[in-house]
Amino acid sequence: MADDGAARQLDKEILSPKPGIQSPAEGGGDFQPRIVGFLCNWCSYAGADLAGVTRLKMPPSMVAIRVMCSSRVDPLFVLKAFLAGADGVLVAGCHPGDCHYQTGNYYTRRRFALTLKVLEELGLEANRVRLSWVSASEGGRFAEVVTEFTETIRKAGPNPAKTEVFL
Amino acid sequence: MHNARGTTHEAYCVEREALSMKQFQVPRPPDDALRDMLASLMDKGKVGGVFALAQTGENSYSYALITDKKLLDHIVPTLPLMPANAGKMVSRLTMLEPVKTPIAVIMRPCELRALFELVKLEQARLDNLLFISYTCGGVLEMKTAKDGLQLKLEEYWKQVKTGGVSEDMRDSCRVCENFVPTGADITLTLVGNDNGKQTTVQVNSEKGEEFLAGLSYELTEAGPELEALDSMRKKRAEQKPDVFGQFAAEELGMAGLTALFGRCIGCHACGRACPVCYCSSCHFEAAENEFDPSTLETELTNRGALRLPTGTLYYQIGRLFHVSISCVGCGMCSDVCPVDIPVASLFAKLAGSVQGMFGYVSGRDAEEKIPTSTFEMEELEEIGA
Ligand code: SF4
Ligand code: SF4
Ligand code: SF4
Ligand code: FES
Repeated sequence: MADDGAARQLDKEILSPKPGIQSPAEGGGDFQPRIVGFLCNWCSYAGADLAGVTRLKMPPSMVAIRVMCSSRVDPLFVLKAFLAGADGVLVAGCHPGDCHYQTGNYYTRRRFALTLKVLEELGLEANRVRLSWVSASEGGRFAEVVTEFTETIRKAGPNPAKTEVFL
Repeated sequence: MHNARGTTHEAYCVEREALSMKQFQVPRPPDDALRDMLASLMDKGKVGGVFALAQTGENSYSYALITDKKLLDHIVPTLPLMPANAGKMVSRLTMLEPVKTPIAVIMRPCELRALFELVKLEQARLDNLLFISYTCGGVLEMKTAKDGLQLKLEEYWKQVKTGGVSEDMRDSCRVCENFVPTGADITLTLVGNDNGKQTTVQVNSEKGEEFLAGLSYELTEAGPELEALDSMRKKRAEQKPDVFGQFAAEELGMAGLTALFGRCIGCHACGRACPVCYCSSCHFEAAENEFDPSTLETELTNRGALRLPTGTLYYQIGRLFHVSISCVGCGMCSDVCPVDIPVASLFAKLAGSVQGMFGYVSGRDAEEKIPTSTFEMEELEEIGA
């Protein structure tokens, strides 16, 4: 992912401390999960946009990073967010069969299965990582995915990687 | 030649062992038998060169491509040392274009498997290569080359003869169950044989037969699998708890991983030595991977301290994501680690799980696709909701 915009964006903005969203580890009160979402341009990003413009209710927990296809998401993107302390990482793309590039998301699915397997085998919390299919017209579904995932993460608590010092 | 397909490795082994094979005996130890055979092949102009492990000086061993027959004396193809994964070396030779004159290549099963993975990754080509391999008793750590090699060899060959496991072997070999080569044209059956006296050579493909035609060997039908192979398979399986046990998921986690890699010096030698870690410009070496001032500040704000060099777990777990699907468990990564981190044991364990998920065994078949470079439309429905 040489010189990749998405990775840079992740470094620069997303994981810097932001006022207003603090984990208990950072001295805040209620735990507000922070989720990094890699959304495919053609479906899920549009779905997120729709959820926004129709003012659907969902927690302000997710920071979106747009990728051209879910298959652009190297497991390293997920890992970088995870190790930097994102409480959850969402990868979202078009439903199987609907990928703008025909088959990208089928590869995503296999790669994601591998990602989960490696995390599980390493005893890392695979439940902090999620793959979802959301189409451009599914604003409601997008809001649901974010709400549900945020709840799961809220129950799991803050990502311990956030405060692990020497990694 | 590489047409065997089975859903599990066991099924594949059964299938493979059922193949009828021809063999011949040479009343000489394996390295001598190979030198003779290769010299004849060069004389007859059937091969233009030999790629094999060579002794290049006192305590010095490396792979070499030899085209001058007089230098064949240097080859020590069955000496249990692996200074590099030969699959990676052949990739270096063939990446830009295939070799033009036939070359006999002698390598261990895991090296052949690494080469087949590299072919799938478009990093190597097989044209004009004659593959010679052997049932593999494993290798010793490379540092043995300067430290008691001769003493350890006696015990090593004794174990090979009886299908045992020697303590001096690399951990990755102690647990390797893929020690019968797949995809070789010619296989020496070292395991179970008295290798001081004679050599049994199996011919596994038409190509192998063509090359050997006209040489003064008498082919007979190959006998059944040697009991020593079963014994070795069993003994190696028994080693698994010892080698893999420390990497149970509940032992790892963030704490376990930071402890395991706590003395990693970030030299990336493990990746450089790994045959299937093949990018010529590695992401982890790139300037892009350095912490810029804002990242540095964030990290310090969040953690209160920063380990240097940075990104140790990012590198290790990242490499697991990238190579576990193709890892052949060769043990190069552990062997080169200057601070003795058992990298290969962790990688081989995860490779087993990751590949197992897709019914895949890396490198068993050069024609098979790497699971992450293909897909089925109807599968993994539980992933993605
Ligand atoms: S890993 Fe297996 S095939 Fe490779 S050298 Fe060791 S025993 Fe031989
Ligand atoms: S990760 Fe280690 S054991 Fe696996 S192929 Fe690479 S060097 Fe060999
Ligand atoms: S070889 Fe050892 S010290 Fe060097 S990067 Fe790999 S694990 Fe770390
Ligand atoms: S374009 Fe949406 S998943 Fe490929």
